[in-house]
Amino acid sequence: MARNNEIPEVNAGSMADIAFLLLIFFLVTTTIQTDVGIDRKLPPKDTTPPVQIPEKNIFRVSLNKNNELFVEDDLLPVEELRKVAIAFLDNGGAKQNDDGYCNYCKGERNSKSSDSPTDAIIAFNSDREASYGSYVEVQNELTAAYNALRNREAQRLFNKDFVDMEKNYYDAKTPIDVKQELKKQIKQIRDMYPMKLSEAQTTFNL
Amino acid sequence: MSFSKKSKNRLPAVSTASLPDIVFMLLFFFMTVTTIKDHKLLVDNNLPAADQVKELAKKDRVIEIFVGKPSPELEKVLGAEPRIQLDDRLAAISEVGPYVLSKLSEKPDAIKNLVTVSLKVDKEVNVGIVADIKQELRELNLLKVNYTTFETNLE
Repeated sequence: MARNNEIPEVNAGSMADIAFLLLIFFLVTTTIQTDVGIDRKLPPKDTTPPVQIPEKNIFRVSLNKNNELFVEDDLLPVEELRKVAIAFLDNGGAKQNDDGYCNYCKGERNSKSSDSPTDAIIAFNSDREASYGSYVEVQNELTAAYNALRNREAQRLFNKDFVDMEKNYYDAKTPIDVKQELKKQIKQIRDMYPMKLSEAQTTFNL
Repeated sequence: MSFSKKSKNRLPAVSTASLPDIVFMLLFFFMTVTTIKDHKLLVDNNLPAADQVKELAKKDRVIEIFVGKPSPELEKVLGAEPRIQLDDRLAAISEVGPYVLSKLSEKPDAIKNLVTVSLKVDKEVNVGIVADIKQELRELNLLKVNYTTFETNLE
């Protein structure tokens, strides 16, 4: 009697087979997420009429069809682009009493280079025959230059890395009140070093 | 005789009771780290590498455009000139605009202005074709683009 009431044990021997089947299904149908990249905002279609910008505030970067990088008409290895771009952006050449004086710049304050980070423009031109790989490489280095400067200021003002601040801001788990605070701080840093990267055709005014 | 004597002395079988647990663990790992592939790639898509990357927005806010030279089996028919892939077909540059608009109209109104176009371009492709796509997107006032890359530590 008592023996009949015992519940028979379920045979779990095939469990491994079922799980393996599922595992293999997921292995074949999926790809590991590679969805990261460099964000850019394109300029609107109806562009404003050409504006005159002093040549010293423009940093000309161009890529020719042999994937060679030219910075202000000189050949430059890609590895050095970051350093040169930082030096240009952080120059802060405006005089102490001028409007555009940059009190947080740590550059050389050369009067022949950019007045302040808010005036500095990087003009990037690429030949149509240049390879996309080197194009992205240049974009990456220029982004790195901005990020380095923004990180420096974010460390000084808020003791945080700018990149981490942005990551927290876009993270869905961050509470709203923290986000609002972060938004203000991010905007402040972005205003200090606005990303002015132009890919338009710029003409020389000689 | 000697054979049966030996078999009596052998070790007990290894218990496989925890095998399902191990396999399930692997299964859950793969389920969480992977995204489902929606279309077959018709073009080579060897993305460039970058380290200053940002994670792309949620999948429903992204429109993908692939560019690359046709994959080896298609290369015999189509040649080696880079092509644009929209969903499951190869397309000409003039089709990019209508495609993006039709994709955009499928999105809910609330996220329409948050849509990003993810350009998945092979690193061997010339910049010209990418510039043409960007020009098309500018015409449509879709200004958020993402140059999708692999994340590497270049240092």
